[in-house]
Amino acid sequence: MRTQSIDRLLIILATITLIAGLYLALFWAPRENTMGDVQRIFYIHVPAAWTSFVAFFLVFVYSIAYLARRRRSRDALAAACAEVGLVFATINLATGPIWARPVWGIWWTWDARLTMMLVLWLMYVAYVMLRHYMIDPERRATFSAVVGIIGFLNVPIVYMSIRWWRTQHPQPVIAGGSDSGLDPKMRLALLACWVAFILLCAILVRRRVRLSALIDELDALQAHTEGNHISAEFGGTEHS
Amino acid sequence: MSGLATILRKDLKIELRTKEALSASFVFAVLVLVIFNFTLILTSDEALRLGAGFLWIAFAFSGILSLNRSFALEREEGCTQGLLISPAEPGSIYLAKFLANVILMLTTELLVVPLFVVFFNIEFERVGLLILILALGTIGFSSVGTLFSAIAVHTRMREVLLPLLLLPVTVPVLIASVETTAYALGADITVAFWFRLLIVYDIVFVTASYLVFEYVIQE
Repeated sequence: MRTQSIDRLLIILATITLIAGLYLALFWAPRENTMGDVQRIFYIHVPAAWTSFVAFFLVFVYSIAYLARRRRSRDALAAACAEVGLVFATINLATGPIWARPVWGIWWTWDARLTMMLVLWLMYVAYVMLRHYMIDPERRATFSAVVGIIGFLNVPIVYMSIRWWRTQHPQPVIAGGSDSGLDPKMRLALLACWVAFILLCAILVRRRVRLSALIDELDALQAHTEGNHISAEFGGTEHS
Repeated sequence: MSGLATILRKDLKIELRTKEALSASFVFAVLVLVIFNFTLILTSDEALRLGAGFLWIAFAFSGILSLNRSFALEREEGCTQGLLISPAEPGSIYLAKFLANVILMLTTELLVVPLFVVFFNIEFERVGLLILILALGTIGFSSVGTLFSAIAVHTRMREVLLPLLLLPVTVPVLIASVETTAYALGADITVAFWFRLLIVYDIVFVTASYLVFEYVIQE
């Protein structure tokens, strides 16, 4: 009962903030001087990245929590955060080139932030694939927790190395450091969109966790009925 | 520690007798060089400029081949239980496997570099430095590589999964190794940062893998 009311509250809040955020981003925030309306993709692009970072950080937290206490719910949470984080990372990676083409004149550049996001995306795709390629649930939980921890420990080192590598191999791009002088209205629109995305992320993660609980339950039931089936075939008693 | 030495000796002895992993990864690395030669018709100058990248692509992919074998033997012969029953701690098992992998990869690398020099008519002087770099890079690559290999061997896709898991995590090692190798081959760049990064990566990931290995090996 309680989880249902939390869900309903989250959905109501997410709907309100999403509509408000989109209104603020598309109509209320001022038009950017040089980039024009293209710049408005920034209100989707940046919050998507931030949300995916939060989700990937939670994968790390729940992985440690799983190894410490071995509770299945922590494993399901880690898995859900990885999948939902990947969705937001994909939104970020997809909206980036749409913005970069008219503004920078190129689809993609091996800039530190872009490259970092791509490497993160690849890392968590591998994490999700690992989960799909394992059957035994306990082993899957332990192994993916190890990968979730090692992967996240690596993030600062990857970022440092990519940044340094960039400074050694300059590329023809005008630095897009637009965060510096952000208009207060733009900042508010950005924050509103981020809150909406975080709420959406929370809803999706909760749904995903419930789905894996259902899958577990179904597996247990199937194993149970198969067991009964076998015992019936061999003349065993048939009761639930 | 005696457990470490015993397991390491066992792995090296098996490899010396069969030479399976070594020959496979060596031939594969040579093939990568040959394919590079065909796909990117190179002069000596270009080979010197791009050589560091070639070498590390060859080392990374041939390294994955040999890493994949690291726990395959135990699994195929059902010897994981034996390892677990033995008095060796999980950490010692990890270190033994890790050292065996480093020795294997490094041997392949030391065989491939002279071939690279011959194939592309390259001249360079910093040979000692290059060997040090190969060692540092290989330690970093095998540290997580050994851990992930123990994970991948228990999945349905085994050989396929290891590179997918390992390559994104080893991006820093690969960048740092390529930059420092380019320097050793004579490029005029500053590499102090990359040396530090290699050392930090090696320390962090040998330690982290050593610590979490007990979760991976338990049956």
